[in-house]
Amino acid sequence: MEALIWTVFDFLLITAMLALGWSALSTHSLRRGIALFIAFGLLLSLVWVRLRAPDIALAEAAIGTGLTGALLLAALRDEESAAGAASTEKPKNTIADYLLIAATVILALILGWALIDALMNRQYSGLANEVFTQLDRSGVTNPVTAVLLNFRAYDTFLELAVLLVAVLGIRSLNVSRRPYLKAGLVLSGLTVWLVPVLIVISAYLLWVGAHAPGGAFQSGAVLAAAGVLLRLSGYHGAGLPARIVIRRALMIVGVLVFAIIGLGLMVLGRGFLEYPLAWSGSLILGIETAATLSIAVTLIMAFLAGETGRAGNQEDSSC
Amino acid sequence: MLSVQMIYGLAGVLLFTFALRVALSQVAFLRRVLAINVAGAGLFLVFISAAYKGAGQPADPVPHALVLTGIVVAFSATALAIALARRLHRPSDDD
Repeated sequence: MEALIWTVFDFLLITAMLALGWSALSTHSLRRGIALFIAFGLLLSLVWVRLRAPDIALAEAAIGTGLTGALLLAALRDEESAAGAASTEKPKNTIADYLLIAATVILALILGWALIDALMNRQYSGLANEVFTQLDRSGVTNPVTAVLLNFRAYDTFLELAVLLVAVLGIRSLNVSRRPYLKAGLVLSGLTVWLVPVLIVISAYLLWVGAHAPGGAFQSGAVLAAAGVLLRLSGYHGAGLPARIVIRRALMIVGVLVFAIIGLGLMVLGRGFLEYPLAWSGSLILGIETAATLSIAVTLIMAFLAGETGRAGNQEDSSC
Repeated sequence: MLSVQMIYGLAGVLLFTFALRVALSQVAFLRRVLAINVAGAGLFLVFISAAYKGAGQPADPVPHALVLTGIVVAFSATALAIALARRLHRPSDDD
């Protein structure tokens, strides 16, 4: 009976998710499409919980849905204000369209066959056993944090560098976004309540990441959401420190701390980012704290599309 | 016999290929970005459904960690793409 309920639940969830994904991409109005995409992301978070991936559910709700949705809506606002340059007409070449449909159907069949074959006939257990046997030596008890910050710390280090490079690219393009109006009473009242709560949640997620779902990425994303909320309700600086030097320092502190700890361990005769067992918990927390600040600041700056410094932290009441 | 991994994985394949088709056939830039984001979600779904090991056991954490970083990278790539497009369409009033 319970198995039947789960099956019904799975099919309902998948149908709703596919329907939302489909309608987000095929609706005529782009604004409605983005709203549907946000709803799609929330359902996807449910799917992650169903598949026992709560860490990803947190990240999806905060970044994949929240920040991406806000970013797309902001981009749509810019595009609409640029005198409706976007043409929504479909390409006329119908033969190419049919060919494309045929090609993607074939691709779907091949991928589906490969997936079914891999799941039915190949007995590959993944790396779960390796992770769980080594978990005691990682300094944390949340396996995802152990993989991110210890077993595959090198990947995470480079990933922070990727974030940094992306934001440097955005900054160098020098495209500023029009400031937002000072928010009305309801939104600004809500912001005053929400931002401190978001900061506390972010600190909690950072701390709890050592032994439960959470960690630097989720924590940084929640902090960035607080900044984006501030920006949307008219605070031009998005809560970032007013001095450029401090902003830049916050941007690089994650990569810097990661590199310093990695190189320091090499000086002490160990491998790059090969933590000593007694210290690993504290080192991971230190890296995660620095990474959280960097991730939050880079995500906010990615949302702001780079313009920092000049307008400073002043509240923008014009426009 | 359809397992949980399989139905979620096949849903991911459907999502990925459909969104890929939309991304390739659309002209409007933001629609393409939206479609690529949905395609990425489908890809993540295939990955995570393969990591699922059944109700009684913890899932494989390595794909989880990879998808987690993937979500963050997808966001920064989206932001970079939007900034590039705006720079491209900006009236040429370069300072």
